[in-house]
Amino acid sequence: MLPAPIAMHIPDGFLSVPISIILWIVIIIMIGYALKRVGADIGERQVPLMGVLAAAIFAGQMLNFAVAGGTSGHLMGSAIATILLGPWAAMLVITCVVSIQALIFQDGGLLVLGANIFNMAIIGVAVAYMVYRTVQLITAGKSWGIFLGGFMAAWLSIEAAALATALELSLSGTSPANIAIAAMGGIHALIGIGEGLITLGALAFIYASRRDLLQSGEGAPINSKLVWVIGLALALLLAVASPLASSHPDGLEWVAEQKGFLNLAKSPSYEIIPDYLFPGVSNTTLATIMAGAIGVLIVFGVALAVAMMRHRKTTSK
Amino acid sequence: MHIHFLDPYRPHDSLIHQLDPRIKLVLALAFILTNTLVPNGAWPVYVLLFTLILSVEILSEVGVSYVLKRSALAFPFVLAALPLVLTIPGEVIFSLPVRPWTISMTYPGLVRFISIAIKSWISVQAAIVLAASTPFPDLLVAMRAIGVPRLLVSIFGLMWRYLFVLVDEANRLMRARAARSGYSGRTRGKSGGSLAWRARVTGGMAGNLFLRAIERSERIYMAMLSRGYDGEARSLPLARIRTAHWVTLFLSVTLLVILLSFAYLFWG
Amino acid sequence: MHHSIEVQNLSFTYPDGTAALKDISFSISPGEKVALVGPNGAGKSTLILHLNGILTGQGVVRVCCLEVARENLGRVRSCVGLVFQSPEDQLFSPTVFDDVAFGPLYQGLPPPEVHTQVDQALEAVHMLNYKQRISHHLSVGEKKRIAIATVLSMRPEVLVLDEPTGGLDPRSRRSLIHLLRELPLTMLTSTHDMLMVREIFPRMIILDEGRVVADGPTDQLMNDAALLEAHGLENP
Repeated sequence: MLPAPIAMHIPDGFLSVPISIILWIVIIIMIGYALKRVGADIGERQVPLMGVLAAAIFAGQMLNFAVAGGTSGHLMGSAIATILLGPWAAMLVITCVVSIQALIFQDGGLLVLGANIFNMAIIGVAVAYMVYRTVQLITAGKSWGIFLGGFMAAWLSIEAAALATALELSLSGTSPANIAIAAMGGIHALIGIGEGLITLGALAFIYASRRDLLQSGEGAPINSKLVWVIGLALALLLAVASPLASSHPDGLEWVAEQKGFLNLAKSPSYEIIPDYLFPGVSNTTLATIMAGAIGVLIVFGVALAVAMMRHRKTTSK
Repeated sequence: MHIHFLDPYRPHDSLIHQLDPRIKLVLALAFILTNTLVPNGAWPVYVLLFTLILSVEILSEVGVSYVLKRSALAFPFVLAALPLVLTIPGEVIFSLPVRPWTISMTYPGLVRFISIAIKSWISVQAAIVLAASTPFPDLLVAMRAIGVPRLLVSIFGLMWRYLFVLVDEANRLMRARAARSGYSGRTRGKSGGSLAWRARVTGGMAGNLFLRAIERSERIYMAMLSRGYDGEARSLPLARIRTAHWVTLFLSVTLLVILLSFAYLFWG
Repeated sequence: MHHSIEVQNLSFTYPDGTAALKDISFSISPGEKVALVGPNGAGKSTLILHLNGILTGQGVVRVCCLEVARENLGRVRSCVGLVFQSPEDQLFSPTVFDDVAFGPLYQGLPPPEVHTQVDQALEAVHMLNYKQRISHHLSVGEKKRIAIATVLSMRPEVLVLDEPTGGLDPRSRRSLIHLLRELPLTMLTSTHDMLMVREIFPRMIILDEGRVVADGPTDQLMNDAALLEAHGLENP
C-alpha cells in the first residue's frame, strides 16, 4: 500500500492548540506573500507548472530505494522543488504536496497541517534555498556547484524540518525534548543522506537532458534575498534551540519551571476529579463504563437505522 | 475506468455523502479541535467521542473496518509520545533499574501518553471519513468556501488531476527498474549495487518524472491559452448552502461544545 | 469575401534555427472541411499553433476577419477552437463540467450562460450525462470527445483538430468520424488517417518540409499516386 512516510508528518493531537494556531498564522502570511511573488516571477504559466510538478513530487515520493535493514528511503522534495522553481513557487508546491497528503491520505493531521506546512514548505524550502544559493555563489556558478549545492540543500532541508518538528513536539509536551530532538535529528540525519542522493540523481538527469532548466527559465537563480535571510535565520534558530532544549531532561518541564506552571504539570489528573460525577456515582471508572454503555446503545441505534434505510431503499426499487 | 488504488473516495448514497462538503469540512475540523482540547484522562468523554465518530462511520456506509484499518497507518507516530510514560513526574507504577539509572514508568505519564494516542486516533478517523465520503472536486469547493485563495485552489485542482497519471508513470518506471533488477546467482555476496548507486538510479527516475511533468505543464498551458486563459484564476460562484445543512452544523457543534464543557468541568 | 481562415506568406523559424514553415498561403471559406496532411515533421502542428496565436511568425494570419495579434487574442481564440492531439493535456480540470465550462468562463460570460453553453456543447458530442464525471476516469475515446466539447462550448466559428483519430480503437474512431461529419462548423484537421480524409474532407492541403505542395479537391489529389508517394502519403 502506501510507503512508510518520512516520520515528519505530525498527526492531530500531538501539538498544543496555541502552537498550531501560531504556525497557521505564520504560514498564512507566508503563502499569501508567495502567491503574489510567484505571479511576478513566473507569470501566467505558474498554475499548470506548479500543479503538475506538485503531482510529480508526490509521485516521486512513491519511488523508493531499499536502504539497509529493509526500510526504504524516499524523497521529501523541498530541495529539488526550490532548485527547479525558485523559493516562492517551491513553497506553494510543497504546501500542496503536504496538504494533499493530509487531506486525502491522512499523512499528517488537519488541524496541525499548518505546522507540517511550516516545517516542510517554509523551513524546508528556505533552508534549501539558502544553502543552494550560498554554494552557487561560492563556486561561482560552476556545474559541480549545482550538484554539491543540491546535495547539501537536500540534506539540510530534511534535518532542519526534523529539528523543527522535534521542537514543536516538545513545546507541546508531547515528547520530551532531549529524546525527541536526539531521535528526530538522528534518524533524519540518515534519511537526509537519502534525500541528498536522490536529489543529486534527479539533478544529474535534468542536467543531462535539459540543462537550461537549471540555469535559466525556472531554475534561474531567482534572486530572493528575503528567503535567503529567512533561511539563514531559521537555520541559526534551530541550531541554537535544539541543543539548548535537549540539554534539559524535559524541555517542557524546564519551560514550565521558568513560568511557574510546574505545579499544574505535576499533579496527577485523577486528583482533580471531584468525588462524585453523577449523583451516586463515585469515580471515573464507573463513569467510563456508563459512557461506554450509552455509546454502545447509540452506535447500535445508528447501525439499525442505517440498515433499515438500506432495506427500504432496496425494497422500493 | 476504475477508481485508482490511491483514491480514498468510496461512492455511496449515504447521509454523510449528501452533506454539503463545506459543512463537512468545518465539522471535521471542529471535531478534531474538540478532540485536541479535551483534557488528558477524561476517559468517559473519549468513549463518547469515539461513539460519535463511529456513528458517523456507520452512517457514511464506507465501512467501519475500512476506516479503522486506515487509521492504523497513522499509528507509528505514537511512538514519539511514548517517552512521556517515563519522563512525566508523579506516582511511579513500575520501576526497572538499569545501572546506573532507574527507569520508572509513572501514572501521569501513562495517562498522558494513552490520552494523546486515543485522541489522535479518534481525530484521524474523522479525516478518513471526510476523504472517503467527499469527492475531491467537492473538497476544492469546501476549500474555497473557507477562504483558501483561488490561485492556490486551482493549483490544488491541477495537482490532483494529474496525481494519478504521474503515480502511474512512477509505477511504470519502478516496474521497468524491477524488470532489470535480476539476481544472477552467479555473483557471490550481495547484489543490487551500492546504496549510492541505487539512490542515483532512483534519483534518475525522479528527474525523469519531473522533466516529463515540466514538459507536460507546457502542453497544458497551451491548451489553457487556447481556451482563453489569461492568468487569472476564475471560477463560478458557489451554490447556497441549504438550511438543513446549516441546522446539522449548528446541532453538531452544540453537541461538541457540550461534550467539551463537560470534559473541562470534571477533568480541566 | 469573408474567409474563416486566411494565411498569407506565413514563415516561421524556431529559436534553434530550424525553418519550420516557408511561405505558406491558403484560405478557408466558412463551412469548408479541409484536411491537412503530410509526413511527420512537415510542420502541420506548427502551422496549427499559428492559427490561434500561440506561435507567431512572419506573414499574415487572419481568422474570422481578425488579425492574429496580441490585442486580438481573446477574440481569436473564441473564433478558432483548437483541439490538441493528446486529450490528457486538454482535460486539465477535476471534472468534465469544469473543463467544458473553462472556455465560456474565460470568455467572461455570466454563470447562467456558462451552464447553457456547457450543456449544448456536451449535447453536441452526445455526452450530456458525463457532466459530473471525473476526467481521469474516462477512456481515451471519451476523453477525445470531451476535449472537442471543451472547445465547442466557446461557440467557435472554426474547429481545428490535430490528429483526432490517433490512438483510437475502431469503434471509437467510427463514432468520432460520425461526430465530425455531423458538426456544422468550418473545419481544418491535421491527420494521417487518409480513410477519414476521403470520407468527410472534400478538400486537402498537402504540407511537406514546411511548404504547401498541393491544395485541391481530395478526390483529385488522392488519385495522383506519384504526388502522394513523393510526400510520404498513401492512397488507402
